[in-house]
This record gives sequence, structure tokens and C-alpha cells, in this order.
Amino acid sequence: MNQMQRLLSARRLLPPSLLPPSCFLHRRWFSTSETDASSPSLPSTHQKIQTFEGRASNKSTASTTSSLNEHELAKFSAIADTWWHSEGPFKPLHLMNPTRLAFIRSTLCRHFSKDPSSARPFEGLRVIDVGCGGGLLSEPLARMGATVTGIDAVDKNVKIARVHADMDPVTSTIEYQCTTAEKLVDEGRTFDAVLALEVIEHVANPAEFCKSLSALTIPNGATILSTINRSMRAYASAIVAAEYILQWLPKGTHEWSSFLTPEELTMILQRASIDVKEMAGFVYNPITGRWLLSDDTSVNFIAYGTKKNDLGDI
Amino acid sequence: MSVEQQRRSSGGLVQSLLLHLPICGHVVHHVWDNKNLEESNAKRNPTDDSPQHDIAIVGGGMVGIALAASLASKPLTKHLSVAIIDNNPLLGRKNTIERGHPPDPRVSTVTPATISFLKDIGAWKYIEEQRHAYFDKMQVWDYTGLGYTRYNAKDVDQDILGCVVENKVLQSSQLSCVQESDLQKTIYPARLNSMDMLPSSSLTGLGEVPSTKDLFMRGRLAKLELNDGNNVYAKLVVGADGSKSRVRELAGIKTTGWNYSQNAIICTVEHTVENFTAWQRFLPNGPIALLPIGDKFSNIVWTMDPTEASDRKSMSEDDFIKAVNDALDYGYGPHPETTSSGGSSLSWLTGDVNISAKERFETPPKVLKLSSERMMFPLSLRHAKDYVSNRVALVGDSAHTVHPLAGQGVNLGFADACALSRAIAEGIALGTDIGEANLLKRYEAERKPANIAMMAVLDGIQKMYAVNFGPLNALRAAAFHGAHYISPLKKRIISYASGEQSLPLFS
Repeated sequence: MNQMQRLLSARRLLPPSLLPPSCFLHRRWFSTSETDASSPSLPSTHQKIQTFEGRASNKSTASTTSSLNEHELAKFSAIADTWWHSEGPFKPLHLMNPTRLAFIRSTLCRHFSKDPSSARPFEGLRVIDVGCGGGLLSEPLARMGATVTGIDAVDKNVKIARVHADMDPVTSTIEYQCTTAEKLVDEGRTFDAVLALEVIEHVANPAEFCKSLSALTIPNGATILSTINRSMRAYASAIVAAEYILQWLPKGTHEWSSFLTPEELTMILQRASIDVKEMAGFVYNPITGRWLLSDDTSVNFIAYGTKKNDLGDI
Repeated sequence: MSVEQQRRSSGGLVQSLLLHLPICGHVVHHVWDNKNLEESNAKRNPTDDSPQHDIAIVGGGMVGIALAASLASKPLTKHLSVAIIDNNPLLGRKNTIERGHPPDPRVSTVTPATISFLKDIGAWKYIEEQRHAYFDKMQVWDYTGLGYTRYNAKDVDQDILGCVVENKVLQSSQLSCVQESDLQKTIYPARLNSMDMLPSSSLTGLGEVPSTKDLFMRGRLAKLELNDGNNVYAKLVVGADGSKSRVRELAGIKTTGWNYSQNAIICTVEHTVENFTAWQRFLPNGPIALLPIGDKFSNIVWTMDPTEASDRKSMSEDDFIKAVNDALDYGYGPHPETTSSGGSSLSWLTGDVNISAKERFETPPKVLKLSSERMMFPLSLRHAKDYVSNRVALVGDSAHTVHPLAGQGVNLGFADACALSRAIAEGIALGTDIGEANLLKRYEAERKPANIAMMAVLDGIQKMYAVNFGPLNALRAAAFHGAHYISPLKKRIISYASGEQSLPLFS
């Protein structure tokens, strides 16, 4: 509970409803999270949960935006445009995005035996983006053909994502919900692939969170997570450099002690019936300004695992 | 009218570098063959009559069509909907070039790197069916008689140094690839009047299926207004419309550059024997190049000052032939001596003296008669400050017009087309909007340094030869000797010219 209180107090620094757009950048420089303040286990956001069961199949009947008035629409549109402006404050995240998408595309194509040379290899796959933020991951997945559900515990993020996805017919089919992974488990939803990028370092109970992700994944489905390592290098770059020296991120954004090492993540996923099959690190090259996949998992890393067929196996 | 084919022509070559020229030619306008529009692949929204495409290529010249052909050849991009906007009536036709006809003077010297690109996109097999001329030797010398150098493909373990192909052959071959592909292509026989793209905005109507106009209002599509009254919408507009690019102008992209006070004359000539070597001689006012183009024909690219160029263009055919033969032989100065003296003094520098280093100076084959009109055009260097902006990318001459001295123009353009189509494929693989700035920046980051390097080299060579000054001539001669004898350096020069080093993506 201590951890939870720390988390909440950290959040209090950034009440989601008052965040100026530029604050959304905080901590993303390193963590690439677009799930600002979006810990799926935050109780404060539960009251805002709305469910949109069925709207994925019939988009016009229910949409988050349908409940927005003109004033709200204008407000969220402005933020969405900032969020999505590739040369704007989110530029580092936009630069990072292709790299993690490359990992996701390649692992999911192999996992589901899809043709990687196809423009829409994920056709027919149901994919959930847990902690979707403004939709930077959900939209490309939709363009790759997936049937995407994006969830975020922060209502504002979901609204931003909705407004932006509706700009393009291909992405307007994405189902966005302000909810949590746990809640969807309760509703009995399942997906072929479950993605939670840069979320687990912000949840109160990583082990429980992984169990929820596992429960959302169909047997033999795929689960992909990314996070920051609890290494000295991660401490130096993500906390000391980014928060204190460069002040890219507000102090207190990250709790170093709550980070997981690749071994710990593998273990808690294992306990949640997910076999980690592959892991890769992200390395930032400050000269080219590009992120590359590497085997160096000492700072940012991403893991892909498969849900065990039979829960009795554990 | 901004068709690259009209402007392009061939070149001669310098030291190792091959040449390609822009040209202002005249093309007779035919009535557009409407059957090309029968199969319109544009997506039309029921609420809006304007066609919507993934990519609109403005300019259906060699580089524009190369981009389309390259997109058509990749699994990730072969189903894209592509508009080609060009009022060149030749675009819609199958144009086969009859063998008996003398070659068109507008030719390009393609490097081995370009050849492998053309093979990849499936165009080379069509080129091989038509007239083309491989060459495996080059000889470069200057009028002072102080130096010469000969290059041989053997030096770099290759079969050829390059291939000379008529521009219309290059273009029609690539067009055949596009026509036989799955690419959803629509040719708009019109000129671009105006272009609009709005910044990304989500403020307009939401919820319903957006019309093309809605998508334009939200900054998701660029709008092109054509001079025939049509509007075309696309996610990405590619300016392949030559050195006077309208797309570049409308996108507000500035250029830097200068005009050389030189004009080039190009024409086709005939010999009594077939020519297999590319020849170039530096004269006081600029280089003259003689390139093989198949059968007993050669292509001439002669650079000189504008007054001289007008004279040479208007003089009688006999006088012109005499002037050409003179310029390629004893005119302006003696033949260089065949190199024993220089060789011995420099031989300590050479690890191994290869065979061609010992090759004797040769005199080019005599020109018998003129086989085409003489065309003249001014030379300039121009470089766009940016290759990309919001939903716009420039390729080929619209991004960079090089001094035609080394014939790299079209090769740089093909490399642009290759890099852009690859960036688009990567974007599609990763589910990005193909007009997105970050994606386009990757194309720019790949091509700009390579193009600038080549432009600097060419400009430097031009400046070096634009001055007729005793000591500099001697230096030049020494450079020839150096290039001739120092084999590793020479290999590098040939590699650079043949595109191996400047175009890592082809490897």
C-alpha cells in the first residue's frame, strides 16, 4: 500500500484534467509511455468508467465523442493535434514508435503465421492496447489490419484518442474505452494479442496486473509488454538525467524501486501463465535521433510471450 | 509540360563520372488518348466526386515513373492507389523504338547501381529488348596534352562501367512495368495549377464516414487542382516535375544554386565502326563527350560558352562534324604522350600497376555524319533546401539539378525514387500515415547527403576545368597521372561513379 500511496502522491503533481499538453511529454523521453497517469489500477479513475460493449461492431451507435459537447470537442481536439504532431512536444515518442512497432509487427506476424510482406497482416486479429494514451500505438495497429481496442484509465486520454482516430476512416473503427484491464477481465473480454507498453512500471501490483493481462489473452495468444529496467543505467538516464538534470520530466515521475528487471518480469509473467519467448532492448542514438532494437536490455526493454494453453501447466 | 523526359538528355563523362543532362526540348502535343482513363482506380467517395489516392506523382518523367514502378514492385506498396499527373501525351502509349531509326539525342548513362535498381523493379528486361549500349572502357584526357587516363571495368572486377540508354527507352520500359503491375494507377493528362494542404486538425465534423473534403479539412489529404478543372486528393504528393518544379514552388521550398555560363549541345552522330568506349576530352571552354549508343551511333555532349554554342548549333552540318572531329583529336592541342615517363616516376606509388594503367592513349573513332538535330540548353546547379514538407516529397531534378558534367543526374534521381519507395514501404509496414513528416524525413536524411556530395564533386570538377590557367593545367595533368597510376584511388573513383559507394541501399 505504501507503493500505491507513493504512486498516488506522484500523480497528484499532475492532475490529469489540468495537464497542459506539454506535460504529456514527461517521462516519455525515456519510457516512451503514452499512458500518462494512466495506471490501470488507479481507483480515482474508476468512477469514470464507461463501457461501450458492442460499439466496435457498430461504430455509429456508440462513441466516446458522441457525448462530447462542442466546447469539449474543441478542447480535446487542440490537445490531440499537439499530441499527434510529429514535430511537436511528443517528437521523441514519435521517433520511438516505429521501433517498438517493428518489434510488435515482427513477433505477431511470426506468432500468428501472418505474411509480413502484407500491408495488413493483422487482418482478423483482435488486439488490445492497454494504456493506449492518445492512440499512438492503436492507430498503426489498426492500419496493419487489426481489430483494435484501446483502453486507458484516464478519460481525457481516451477522448484525445477518439477524436484523433475519427480523422481517418481506417482508424475510426478502433474501440476506445476509459476502463482498466481488471474491469475488462471481469467483463470476460478476451483478445488474440494483448499489449501493455510502458504501463507496468506505474501499476501498484505488477503481478496482479500481469494476471489480468494473461486473463485477457486467449490460450496460445500473444502478450507484449515494455518497461524500464531497474538498472543503474536506467536510474542514471531515466531519473537523474531526465528528471533532475535535464528536467525533461517532472521530479518524481518514476519510482526507480518499482521498476522490474527483465528476469523479474519474466518470472511474474511465468506465474501468470505467460511464457516469455523473446526480449529486446531499445537503444537511443542521440546522433541520428533514432531508436534501435538491440540485445541491450539495460534501460528500455520489450518482451513478447505466449499464453499457455492449459492453466494446469503452471 | 514539366516532363523530365523532355528536359533530359545524355551526357558525356568526366574522369570516372558519367553524365546526364537536363534539356529544354519541344514536344508535340497530341490529343490525349482517353482510353487510359477508362479504368479509373481512384477511390471516389459517394458524397464527394473528387478522386482520392494514396500518392499523387506530379511529373511522369523517368524518375516519376521509376517511383511508380518501384512501388509496384514491392509487396507492401503494390496495391497503393497512385495518380500520375502529367500532360505528356506519350505517357499513355506503348512506345516502342524502331531499330532502324537513329537514336534520340536525349540519352542517359546509367550506372551499375541504377541497372540493379532497374532489374529489381523489372524494367531492365524491357530495356534489353531495345537499343542500349554497354561500355567497359573510358578515356579522359585534356587539350594541353599533359595527361590522360583510361578506365577499364576490369579494374574494379566488373563487366561494365555503365550503359547508355535513350531516355524514351528508359521511360517506356518502366511504364511497361507499371502498366503490367497490380498498382492502382490513374494517369491525369493535365498540369498542376495549385496545391493545398491544411495542418492536421480534428475540429471538423466527427462521427460519420468522412468525405474526401472532410479529410482534406482535417489535414489528412493534400488537394491538387489541375488545369483541366479536376481536383485530385492524395495522402502524399511527390514532386517529380523537374528542375522547374511546380510542386516545389507551391510547397514553398526554396532552392540554392547558380547558373554556369555554359551551354551544352547534344546530338547523335554516326561512325563507320561501332564504338565501345566512353570518351571525354576537356577543352578550354568545357568538355566534349562521345558516348556509345549502339549500332554505329554515338551521342555527343559538348559543353562550351553560350556564344560558341549558338555558333556551333547554327553552323553547317559539315562544319560541325569537322569541329567535332577536331575537338576529339588534334584541335586545341596535341595528343598526350603515352605515358612511360610519368609512369616510371610515379610507379613507386602504385602497389600494383594494372593492365589498363599501361594502356596506350587512343584516338576516338571518327564521326562520319550527324544523325539528329543539334539541341542546346543552359547548365545550372540547383538544390532544394528541403526535400520534404507536410505531405510533400521531392525526387530527382526537382530536388537537385546537378552540373551534367558527370551524368549523375538521372542516377541520383533513380536512387531518390528507390529510397522514397522504400521509406513508404516501411511506413506501411509500421502502420503510419504515408504523408507523415517523420517518415518523409527519413527519405530526406538518406538522400540529401549523398546528393550534396555528388553535387560538390561535380561542381568542383566544373570549376577546375572552367579556368584556363597554366599552373592549374599542370595540376590537372598531374591529377590525371595520379588518377591513372594510383590504382586504389582509381578504384574508388570508379566505384563512386558506378554508384557503389554513393548508393549503399543498392548493395
